[in-house]
Amino acid sequence: MSADTPVISCKNVWKIFGNDPKTFLANMGKGMSYDDIRAAGYIAGVKDVSLDVHKGEMLVIMGLSGSGKSTLVRCFSRLHDITGGTISVDGQDIMSLPEKELIELRRSKMGMVFQSFGLLPHRSVLENVAFPLEMRGQDKHTRRDRALEVIKLVGLEGREDYFPRELSGGQQQRVGIARSLAIEPDIWFLDEPFSALDPLIRREMQDEFLRLQQLLNKTIVFITHDFDEALRLADRIAIMKDGAVEQCDTPDQIVLNPATEYVRKFTEEVDKARVVHAGVLVDPAAKGTGDPIEANLTVHKMARMLVNDSREFIPVTKAGKLLGAMPRKAALDILLGADA
Amino acid sequence: MSGTPSVTKGQAALGLLVGAIGLTILQYIGWLPQWMHRLPETMIPNFAKALDSIFNFIKDDLGLLTLTRALTEGLEWLLDASGNIFYGKNRWPDIGPIPWTAMAAVAAVTGYHLGGWRIAVLGGGTMVWTALIGQWEIAMQTMSVLAIAAPLAFMIGLSLGITAWKYTWVDNTIKPVLSVLQTLPFFTYLLPAVIFFKVGPTAGAVATTIYAIPPMILMTTLGLQKVSPEVVEAGKMSGCTKFQMLRHVYIPSARTEILVGVNQVIMLCLAMVVLTAFIGMPGLGAKLLAMMGSFKLGRSFEIGVTIVLLAVMLDRMSKAWVIKQPEHFERGTPFWKRHQMLLLGAALFVGFTLLSLVLPIAAEIGRQQNFSQGKELDNIIKWVLDIEVVKSTTWFLRAFVNVQILIPFRDFLLSIPTLAFITLVAAFALSLAGPKQAVLAALFFSLVALSGWWDRAIITLYSVVAAVTIAAILGLPIGIIAARSDKWAKRVLLICDTAQTFPSFVYLIPAIMLFGITDIAVIFSILIFAMVPLMRYTIEGLRTVPPEMTEAADMSGATRMQKLWNVQLPLALPTMAIGFNQAIMFAFFMVIIAAFIGTQDLGQELQRTLAGTDLGKNFVLGICVSLMALTFDLTIMKWAADKKRALGLR
Repeated sequence: MSADTPVISCKNVWKIFGNDPKTFLANMGKGMSYDDIRAAGYIAGVKDVSLDVHKGEMLVIMGLSGSGKSTLVRCFSRLHDITGGTISVDGQDIMSLPEKELIELRRSKMGMVFQSFGLLPHRSVLENVAFPLEMRGQDKHTRRDRALEVIKLVGLEGREDYFPRELSGGQQQRVGIARSLAIEPDIWFLDEPFSALDPLIRREMQDEFLRLQQLLNKTIVFITHDFDEALRLADRIAIMKDGAVEQCDTPDQIVLNPATEYVRKFTEEVDKARVVHAGVLVDPAAKGTGDPIEANLTVHKMARMLVNDSREFIPVTKAGKLLGAMPRKAALDILLGADA
Repeated sequence: MSGTPSVTKGQAALGLLVGAIGLTILQYIGWLPQWMHRLPETMIPNFAKALDSIFNFIKDDLGLLTLTRALTEGLEWLLDASGNIFYGKNRWPDIGPIPWTAMAAVAAVTGYHLGGWRIAVLGGGTMVWTALIGQWEIAMQTMSVLAIAAPLAFMIGLSLGITAWKYTWVDNTIKPVLSVLQTLPFFTYLLPAVIFFKVGPTAGAVATTIYAIPPMILMTTLGLQKVSPEVVEAGKMSGCTKFQMLRHVYIPSARTEILVGVNQVIMLCLAMVVLTAFIGMPGLGAKLLAMMGSFKLGRSFEIGVTIVLLAVMLDRMSKAWVIKQPEHFERGTPFWKRHQMLLLGAALFVGFTLLSLVLPIAAEIGRQQNFSQGKELDNIIKWVLDIEVVKSTTWFLRAFVNVQILIPFRDFLLSIPTLAFITLVAAFALSLAGPKQAVLAALFFSLVALSGWWDRAIITLYSVVAAVTIAAILGLPIGIIAARSDKWAKRVLLICDTAQTFPSFVYLIPAIMLFGITDIAVIFSILIFAMVPLMRYTIEGLRTVPPEMTEAADMSGATRMQKLWNVQLPLALPTMAIGFNQAIMFAFFMVIIAAFIGTQDLGQELQRTLAGTDLGKNFVLGICVSLMALTFDLTIMKWAADKKRALGLR
């Protein structure tokens, strides 16, 4: 396995619900739409999806309810068995894994956070967090130490002996996060982790999550139905509709070049200046003059400079390396919301 | 989807009804040939004999008897051990009996731990009463069987429930069997138990166990199905193996339902263990049977109180356990504080046990020391019954209601030709439920006719219908009135809840007290037993009518009566129907027990089979009762479900 092998790679993945999905998929004509499949009495949870998740990246899967995003992420961890296609994790086809190895994979590499937390009501915070460790047979002392460590990490120190029903929603989700991190997973799945929380707590938890991610640098698949949340967190966003991926790209590209009408509708209301970075607007061939700017600055952050500056091309650097130059007009267009 | 049928359900039912009436009229004017009135003897197949040979084949040729007799040995050993602990039976481990003071202390501490001081008083008080009234030993005989039967039923029910939840085909096979088992009269549990497991405690324990299993299976399956999918996925993502999933995720998450199952197991065990007196099991039931048989009503009443107290205690404790949630302790709480209840219980237990070594009265209350007031109570009862008002009321009920209404009604039912009766039942099922239920109803009642016990079956049915009708006339208004205020609704519901925990046997006591050994005592005992679910579901149905609907009625200017008739009752009807159904099921159960008072129905015949080894006949009779009950069950439940869907409730 080389360094650039994707952590998760899925090719032409299908997940169909119904009486005999395998046979149905095998005999299904090409180009059947979601509604055609439904008319035949089946539901296409995931429809011909191919995408890769790279090491250390945060992929956000975005879609409205029923778009198949939760189904897709459950296929990654084989909580659902897929109907067609292949999914490999670290280069290993997970559909071919026997039960024992699948359990081993989950015990050592995967963590998952759920929308309604999925905490075990009869176990205290400590016991909930230590649960995955207990399942893989770690002894009482080490699992207690490790659990206390993650509980501290998510800021729940002093609540170890509480039971889930004694905690607020935000605190419960912290327990969920701590549990998913207890085994130090390489891949971290988060299924709408903040949707059940009220808006203020949600914001706080997003910040908390970003803090954790900076600390831990995991490979993350994050699900949300909230486009703003997606833009705020993602390295790349996959937008799903009716089980299929409409577009999978960086936030900049999605707001600048929506691939389909559906994606465009999502981006309409978004303040593009807060999403697009200088690095994306760079023309590598162009040569700028004067002081360079950093590639990770958003247009919004450069606003004052853009308005006052008179240069036509502004050089852009990333980690001290010159990428090229950004045409000031392009950035201004975005800032002012003019149609390109 | 095949277009509208040419005849509607109502028309078809009406047609059947007219046919039935026509046949009956023919019978009355004497034009109906005898063979159409009752099935001739020659046409009745000998099911009993056929069943007997099947049983004999299973029992002897397949060697089931050897197996069950082997099981008997193990069970006997368990029962002996618990017998020794509870009432000092002279067997291994030779440590019993536990002094009553120690038991009372443990009951009180357990009660306090589970539900505070009220249940502590209930637990301790029950034990003290039992000891002081001089029934300690027989009560402990009953408890010693309960202590074995309930855990057995729990374990078997839990494993079967898990299996049924795991494998759909098991679930599909088990469901119909369970619904038959739940309608089967208890005498039908008793005889096979006696034949396969020897007379006495072993057979009693087996019958009790089997009787208590079905609700445990149902609750387990229900609880496991209800575990939230996210919790299940969280378990899988934590790397649980299949066994770990079950042990650490599913079962703890289904805790509430499983504990409700435990509560039902305990209550059914107690109800049944009392009834096993009919097959010679010693204990409270046997004593009650003997006392009622010799018409010692005072003592019967005292035993009744003990049984009721035990039932209420077990029910409240197990229910408190259901709702008890784990509480955390602050960090650094010392060990003794975390386990103070356990330590207190243990300390009191040891303390009282030691005390009883020096103070015999703390160990056992002797014959001369108890406070039983049997004789005095007898006199009081006699005195009350002798008051002019009471006397004339019971006389009126006996002479007028029984002679003028009930007996003519019974004779009328008996006069209806078999075929007409079956048609009538089919019409009833068709109009309420649908063609499928009508066919089943006709089939079930035809089987009853073929069994050759038609007249006795009709008498059974008569008792049920008469008692449930009177129960409805009395119970529905009470329910409706009680539902009008929160305070009364709560009170009546509490009474119903408590009354429902009483083992059915004790309902015979007031009936015999008031009416002696008469027909009306039978009806009365069924009636009070059946009134409980009727009142309860009426109140629940009326109270759960969505408030916006009653508010809409108020704003439309409806009077109280208009609101009741046009809004509340129609919406409450499906729920009330469930109460009605339960009342009928309870009545079928009670009418069999009433055989003890002396009836001429299936129950009487069933009770007689207990004396012999007539397993075939016993089964045929039991199945007859079960088939009639199932007909009502299927029809009414279907109607309630249809109605609920039509009203868009839940």
